[in-house]
Amino acid sequence: MMYAVAIVAIIITISLALVRALLGPTVYDRIAAMNMLGTKTILLIAVFAALTGRHDLLDIALVYALINFIGVIAVLKLVEQGNLYTAGEKHNEGSE
Amino acid sequence: MRIVSTATLIFIFWFVLSGHTSNLLIILGIASTGLTVYLSRRMNIIDAESYPFHLSFSLFRYNLYLFKEILIANIDVIKRILSPSVAISPQVTELPASQHSDLSKVIYANSITLTPGTVTLELSGGKLKVHALSHEGIEDLEQGNMAKQVPEDKDHIS
Amino acid sequence: MLVDILSWVCLMLGSLLGIIGGIGLHRFPDFYTRLHAAGTTDTLCAALFLLGLGLQIGVALASLKLLLIFLFIYLTSPTASHSLANAAMIGGLKPVLGK
Repeated sequence: MMYAVAIVAIIITISLALVRALLGPTVYDRIAAMNMLGTKTILLIAVFAALTGRHDLLDIALVYALINFIGVIAVLKLVEQGNLYTAGEKHNEGSE
Repeated sequence: MRIVSTATLIFIFWFVLSGHTSNLLIILGIASTGLTVYLSRRMNIIDAESYPFHLSFSLFRYNLYLFKEILIANIDVIKRILSPSVAISPQVTELPASQHSDLSKVIYANSITLTPGTVTLELSGGKLKVHALSHEGIEDLEQGNMAKQVPEDKDHIS
Repeated sequence: MLVDILSWVCLMLGSLLGIIGGIGLHRFPDFYTRLHAAGTTDTLCAALFLLGLGLQIGVALASLKLLLIFLFIYLTSPTASHSLANAAMIGGLKPVLGK
């Protein structure tokens, strides 16, 4: 019962975040919404693991936490610099 | 000392993730811990900045303080979200980061981001650019209660 | 019994906090303010959820894993929020300022 309520609440939150990701308006809104969605997915996996008693699923939640973070940073870098290979802190010096 | 503590932490990490207790697997775990520590030493990534061992105790106390701050600030943000006329007045201000070492400055900036209602936009030199949800958030930061709590890294003044 | 009630309270508070964060994502006017609602209520929401589950599981390896998940979220969430805000600022997005 308790887990069911928690799962429903997480799904409501995920749908709210998904609507924000679809509406935009800026690309940063979308990334922020996806970041929140990722965190809630981790919690969803954790609650599911406790619900079914399959504690192995917690490893997946752990890996998801790392991938979520790295994914957000990678997408941000892609948005900011237009590529993934530029290193360092030069921001569009030539084009401005 | 730092190496020993790193190795212990990595081994505990390995054990929590695997949960095996048979002799062979424990030995393999110790071997992989050794390899990891050796590689990290070769890469020079076990230093005062990436693993502030000498600050362990004060960082622990600081985190307790930070939890309390996060709770208070969360309640504040929830009130603002749920109030009928969204009661916010966003502000962007520059604050001085009075800490002396780079590590403490980063800890301070990170704590500001972690407490709801304030986000660090930029940290350069001794200046922090902070975006806050309300006047009160900025005023709290300007009083400098949090800045005083940040553990100071006395050995590595920049 | 007491543990059950405590974990129930934690899970419900966490759920409530998550939903309020989601609502804030829609009520606030611009990106920076939305970031406050989304990025930062995440930490406490995750903490409450994982605490509730940990109380339910009890002393076991699984609750240590929950602690690890919490540590990762605790460390990465402010970093992600900061880099989002920083990227938006460098990208030239102007914040809406109030009085």
